[in-house]
Amino acid sequence: MSVLPQIPIDTDKSSPIIVELVYRLKVRNVMTGTVHSCTAEDSMRSVQRIMREEGMSGMPVLDGERLIGIVSMDDVIRALDEGRIDESVSDWMTRNVIVLEDDMPLSFAISHMEKYRFGRFPVLDTQKRLVGIITSRDVLIALLVEINREIERYEKQAVADDGGADGFRLETTTRRFDFETAGRVSTETKKMLKERGLPPRLVRRVAVAGYELEMNQVVHSVGGTVEIRYCVADGTIEITAVDNGPGIPDVEAALTEGFSTATEWVRSLGFGAGMGLPNVRRVSDEFHIESDETGTRVRAVIHTQTEKQTDTPSDGGAS
Amino acid sequence: MTVSQLAETLSLRIVQDQFEDRHVGGAYTSDLLSDVMANAAEADLLITIQSHANTVAVASLVGAAAILICNDRPVPEDMIAAAAREEIAILISSESQFTLSGRIYALLNGLHPTA
Repeated sequence: MSVLPQIPIDTDKSSPIIVELVYRLKVRNVMTGTVHSCTAEDSMRSVQRIMREEGMSGMPVLDGERLIGIVSMDDVIRALDEGRIDESVSDWMTRNVIVLEDDMPLSFAISHMEKYRFGRFPVLDTQKRLVGIITSRDVLIALLVEINREIERYEKQAVADDGGADGFRLETTTRRFDFETAGRVSTETKKMLKERGLPPRLVRRVAVAGYELEMNQVVHSVGGTVEIRYCVADGTIEITAVDNGPGIPDVEAALTEGFSTATEWVRSLGFGAGMGLPNVRRVSDEFHIESDETGTRVRAVIHTQTEKQTDTPSDGGAS
Repeated sequence: MTVSQLAETLSLRIVQDQFEDRHVGGAYTSDLLSDVMANAAEADLLITIQSHANTVAVASLVGAAAILICNDRPVPEDMIAAAAREEIAILISSESQFTLSGRIYALLNGLHPTA
C-alpha cells in the first residue's frame, strides 16, 4: 500500500469555515461513485490493465456484493517487480480493509487518511454494500471546489457590505406585536436606495416587500429578523425574513389574497387583511417561502437591472 | 394643487405642520395598509381612519403626498413625531371617508359638487 502525502487540514483547529465545510460535506458528496472492482480470482495482470485504462490507483475486491479486500497500484508494481503478475489478486490484496460509510462527514475521511496512512478507502452504505471509493485526491478536489465557492460568497458579501461600492446590508429584529419599531429597516432601505438614484418604482417594490415581511413577523410570529441586502455586483436586492415560529400551517392558503389568520385588533390597525405575502410575491422577481413549526423563512429577490412590469398601482394588485 | 392649497380649499386642519408642501396627484381611500401599499400611487393623498404611526410608514413607503384622517379620529403623539421625521403632512377632518373622497375627487378633477 502506498503512503501518500496527507491532507494538511486539522479538522478541529482549522478556520471555522473549513471545519464547518468538512463536517457539512458527506463522504458520499466527495467519493467517486462508479467503482470498478475485481474478484479474488482475477489475475494481477487484469487488475493492472483496468487500473491503467481507468486511471485508478486502487481497486476493491468483491465476493458477490461483499467487500473482502483492496488491491493497490503498489501491489501491482511489486507483483510486476517480482515477476508474479499472473498470480491471482487473493495473493496480493490487503484483507483488513478500513472502510468509511457514505453518510459520514468528510472530516472522518480526512482523519482516517491521517490515522491509517492509506491513499484510499472503500465506501459502504448502511446495508454494507460498496457504493464508492474515496481518495485523498477526491478530498482535495472537493475541498478546493467548496473553498472556491465560499470565497466567492465572501467576496460578494464584502462588496455588499462595502458602503463605498453603494451596496449595503441592513438588519432588524422584530418582536411580537411591536408595531412601534416595525418598518424601520424598510424605511431606511427606501432612503438609501433613493439616495443611490434607483428608480422610484423599484425602490417602492423593495420597500413594500420589506415592510410586509416585517409586519408579518410582528403580527404572526413570536419575532424574528429581516435582512435587506443590496448587492451592486449582482444587481440584486435580497430580503430575507426568518422568524422563530410558530410557522404557517398552510402556506398555499397564506399566499392567497384575502386569507388571514390575524386577530380582530390587529385588523383594526389596518393589518392582517390577507394581502401581506401576496403583496411580497407580486413585487418580487424571485420568491421563496418555507415554513414549519420552528419558523417561517422567506427570501424575496428584486433585480435592479430589469424592471418587473406588473407592479403598477393600477393593476389592482392582482397576483 | 399642493397639500396646503388643498387643506385651505376644503378647510382641513393641519395637525402636523413640518412637511414638504408637495403636489397632490390624486387620492387613495383605504383603511387596509396592505391595500394602500399594493394600490396607492406616488403623490396620492392617503384618506384613512388609521390614525397611528404605522400609517406614516406606509405613506412614506408609497410616496404619499399627505395623510388625511377622517371622522376626527385622535392623532397620537408618536404619529405626529413620525410624520415630522418623514416630512409628511397630517390633515384632519370631521367628515367621513366617503364625503372627503367625493369632495377631493371633485376638486382634483375640476368638478363642482352641489353639496
